[in-house]
Amino acid sequence: MSDVSLTVNGKRVSGSTEDRTLLVHFLREHLGLTGTHVGCDTSQCGACVVHVDGRAVKSCTMLAVQASGSTIVTIEGLADGAELHPVQAAFKEHHGLQCGFCTPGMIMAATDMIARHPQGLDEATVRAELDGNICRCTGYHNIVKAILAASKTMSKGAKGKAKQAA
Amino acid sequence: MYSVNYHRASSVADAARLLKNGDAKLLSGGMTLIPAMKTRLAAPSDLVDVSRLKDLQGIKVSGKTVTIGAATTHYDVSTDEKLKKACPALAHMASLIGDPAVRYKGTIGGSIANNDPAADYPAALLALGATIVTNKREIAADKFFKGLFDTALKDSEIVTAVSFTAPAKAAYQKFRNPASRYAIVGVFVTKGKDGVRAAVTGAGEDGVFRSKEIEAALAKNFDVAALGGLKVPAKGLMSDIHASADYRANLIAVMAKRAVAAANA
Repeated sequence: MSDVSLTVNGKRVSGSTEDRTLLVHFLREHLGLTGTHVGCDTSQCGACVVHVDGRAVKSCTMLAVQASGSTIVTIEGLADGAELHPVQAAFKEHHGLQCGFCTPGMIMAATDMIARHPQGLDEATVRAELDGNICRCTGYHNIVKAILAASKTMSKGAKGKAKQAA
Repeated sequence: MYSVNYHRASSVADAARLLKNGDAKLLSGGMTLIPAMKTRLAAPSDLVDVSRLKDLQGIKVSGKTVTIGAATTHYDVSTDEKLKKACPALAHMASLIGDPAVRYKGTIGGSIANNDPAADYPAALLALGATIVTNKREIAADKFFKGLFDTALKDSEIVTAVSFTAPAKAAYQKFRNPASRYAIVGVFVTKGKDGVRAAVTGAGEDGVFRSKEIEAALAKNFDVAALGGLKVPAKGLMSDIHASADYRANLIAVMAKRAVAAANA
């Protein structure tokens, strides 16, 4: 057992957990943040993507204790109160989801992707960058549309927010 | 995953000491080790995390000499501006590993210490004639990669950095498995002051190897035309559900041609 201390979505949290506990299970089961999903559990599908110290990583492939001391943002931490994050708003506007299971990971990967490309994104780049996120409904068309739209919105005037989300 | 004891090392010396615990293993990015533990293919008693050690991080370029800390992530290698100038082929290779989330975590030291027969870095370091620096000694890449998941590393020996002289020309081309993103065949070619080196990953039954055929063909003329009649023997190559040995032999020639074309571009 180890003590794990994290800053999750701006709040300091701590807990004692087995060393083998995966970060995704700590978030879901200890902190009740069930927006982060376990899809394939083999580092491939990206449903579990969260930001650890500003980088979008797969929380099913990291121990909670490895993350101790880090700052984490999950899908629950993106919206500003009732106002959706621009990437969330774009997924809603462009219907970037079908069953919705992959959506939290898609959005966390997308915010990171947009922050890494402040000059803007094109379709080929978005598709290549989504390499590690799988939508089993195969709803990529609207996911790509949503990310391109969010990238445009965010480069127009909300650059501060993009940085914050990353 | 079986139960495990996690330790965060405070220094390389601390990590070497902690590695003496039971059946301990070093943990860096964990992109191979954690999945292997989840499927119980690996079951270390202890994990020694070196990923946060500052001494193991960062890329230094001094003239033609490049040194990369062992815990430097694939993302950092793929985006480093100094490296992109000194040896763009290596930065490009790192950008082809896994996916963006994996590249944020996986490290060069972890990749070479694991020496997966389909990993990219072993081919790059072998073709670059790199030196692998450990907490005990320096090992030439030619002597470091021993076979499938096997290296010259001894117990409690820790890779701390890799260094190499940037070659005049280099490129990597990879035929990816579309599901795993590992190389079915990857070929890294370099042309430096000591001649041409070509290393192949993903294909060899004993892991990464230098291709005599490619090197001989390119020795006099580092041009795609020199590879026109290239025949790579299928002997010693892997056959699995993804590709037969014959197919891999053909892919090696194709990837070698593409790599030379990219290196000359």
